[in-house]
Amino acid sequence: MKKEEYLELYRQMVLIRRTEERAAELYQQGKIGGFLHLYIGQEAVSTGLVAARQPQDRMITAYRDHGVAINVGLTAKEVMSELLGKATGMSKGKGGSMHMASVEKNFWGGHAIVGAHLPIAAGLALGDQYRGGDGVTICMFGDGATNIGYFHEGLNLSKVWDLPVLWVCENNQYGMGTAVERASAVSEIRQKAEGYGIPNERIEGMDVLEVKKAAEKALAYIREGNGPYFLEIMTYRFRGHSMGDPERYRESEEVDCWQKEDPIGVLHRWIVENKKATEEELKQIIADVEQEVEEAVEFAENSPEPAPEELFADIYAEEV
Amino acid sequence: MAVITVRQAISDALREEMERDENVFILGEEVGVWGGTYAVTRGFYDQFGEKRVRDTPIAESAIIGAAIGAAMTGLRPVAELMTINFAFSAMDHIVNEAPKLRYMFGGQFKVPMVIRAVGGGGRQLGATHSQTPDAVFAHFPGLKVVAPGTPEDAKGLLKAAIRSDDPVLFIEHATLYQWRGEVPEGDYVVPIGKSKVQRPGDAVTVVSYSKGLQLTMQAADALAKEGINIEVVDLRSLRPLDMDPVIESFKKTNRAVIVEEGWRSYGVGAEVAARLYEEAFDYIDAPIKRVAQKEVPLPYNRTLEQMALPQVADIIKAVKEVL
Ligand SMILES: Cc1ncc(C[n+]2csc(CCOP(=O)(O)OP(=O)(O)O)c2C)c(N)n1
Ligand SMILES: [Mg+2]
Repeated sequence: MKKEEYLELYRQMVLIRRTEERAAELYQQGKIGGFLHLYIGQEAVSTGLVAARQPQDRMITAYRDHGVAINVGLTAKEVMSELLGKATGMSKGKGGSMHMASVEKNFWGGHAIVGAHLPIAAGLALGDQYRGGDGVTICMFGDGATNIGYFHEGLNLSKVWDLPVLWVCENNQYGMGTAVERASAVSEIRQKAEGYGIPNERIEGMDVLEVKKAAEKALAYIREGNGPYFLEIMTYRFRGHSMGDPERYRESEEVDCWQKEDPIGVLHRWIVENKKATEEELKQIIADVEQEVEEAVEFAENSPEPAPEELFADIYAEEV
Repeated sequence: MAVITVRQAISDALREEMERDENVFILGEEVGVWGGTYAVTRGFYDQFGEKRVRDTPIAESAIIGAAIGAAMTGLRPVAELMTINFAFSAMDHIVNEAPKLRYMFGGQFKVPMVIRAVGGGGRQLGATHSQTPDAVFAHFPGLKVVAPGTPEDAKGLLKAAIRSDDPVLFIEHATLYQWRGEVPEGDYVVPIGKSKVQRPGDAVTVVSYSKGLQLTMQAADALAKEGINIEVVDLRSLRPLDMDPVIESFKKTNRAVIVEEGWRSYGVGAEVAARLYEEAFDYIDAPIKRVAQKEVPLPYNRTLEQMALPQVADIIKAVKEVL
């Protein structure tokens, strides 16, 4: 990997972090409505996955989707505008935090019903298999999602049809306030993939380089026509499940402990220790991101509300 | 014009569309090797092969979910639910995913898919396997819901559904498969969202669709012998719902009966009646009547089951009451 590539991973993670920190403030000010699920702490996962993909590989994830949105190249302006419900958001202000997508960037959404996008991901992969393309669908979901039926139907179908899907469970240890052991019959979630005969692996998710490496290997395996692969990626969310989570289900020491492994800090140290860049260069990236996010907030705040006609637009593709 | 059954009409439409467009494929339980539980896809597996006629696990969410994903990539899946009663196991994907994706992402996605599902009572299958829950699905904007009652409409509407860029639920009725009727030669489509006068008359407007249409046509024959000529309007599509022919007819007759096989409460009849009150109040000369299923889970016993289902005699009685 070239120096610029490390710095780009770093920039993306800092951009996700800063965008979300600002979003949290805007939420407190009442400028963002609905649910807001922050990805803070988990940035290495989506950043590593997107860095590992080829342009023909589709991304699809759950409602904790700001990370993927930024990784695939949606701008901070588009993300911020969608959060504020503005016409300039990628979903025209009609999707909100949980529903970001971009066909152009091969990002098939943020999906808010837990687990429901897994069968849809199987269908996206079927689309590629049917046409003989070599794209892989990378489908991300939480640990909690592995307890709903859709997960099991989706995994089973993917193996029966040998679909090109990379299943990625982001095990952040909790589904809302329920710890994995309290909701899942097996706490090592990769064992569920074992049950469907899908090759699988559990990896650490706080080091973006490790995530990228594991994803590259998995994608190559799938691209050779071997069918699906399953990655369980161990990670942790530093913030509450969504805004206003009283966090009664965990001790602050546990959070502190994980924060020592902050994925941005991990990469920062790695870059400096391996002399890929200087502290100064990294500081400059942070400063640039800071400015980019401020501009995005300003842009979003000054953007127009969706026009009233938008209420009835895009219900159907055809005239009715 | 050839005379064929509804089953044949559906089968022909599917086959012709698959021959016309490589992107059309079928998935569902027993659609392939078995030939379709209701024999609609008999011979398809041999003709088109396993890539385009895909047997699935018994996993309704996976069937509809995979169809949605494939449709988003530009394919045109026709997902068959063995019966509409199993749609509830895929409810999220049918009402909460397929109809929402385009709108929610600001028009970025198209979901050109068809869900074929057969429903209906009258075959002593008991309460879980005999339902006509059409109105439930028609409730959701973003989904198109069609339910043809004749071979001509079955063929033309299925073709329209497959060519539509939106998700369409195509509801069949198990006791209509053998119903025969004339079908135009060659390729044709029946537009989605257009009601049709199936039989002209002047006495009472009787609005129906699917199985209710068959019953209504039989009632019309009986009533004609007594000199009462009802006008039969077939909705064909439940969403979008085309009220124009209904209102036009109602302005002439000033009386309406609505016939559906589903339960009366919150049903298609309730919707049509409300629209008539809202949009044609000045033309009402008699209370609008509904003929529908009794409010019970459908029993197995043949006599009880028939007591619960709407009958030709109920339609005749309702027509006479509003005259
Ligand atoms: C079918 C369904 N049930 C419940 C919810 C409410 N809900 C939203 S997120 C969530 C927890 C999911 O946990 P997990 O899959 O681990 O993802 P994480 O939030 O940790 O990223 C729940 C219960 C939902 N959105 N969908
Ligand atoms: Mg979780």
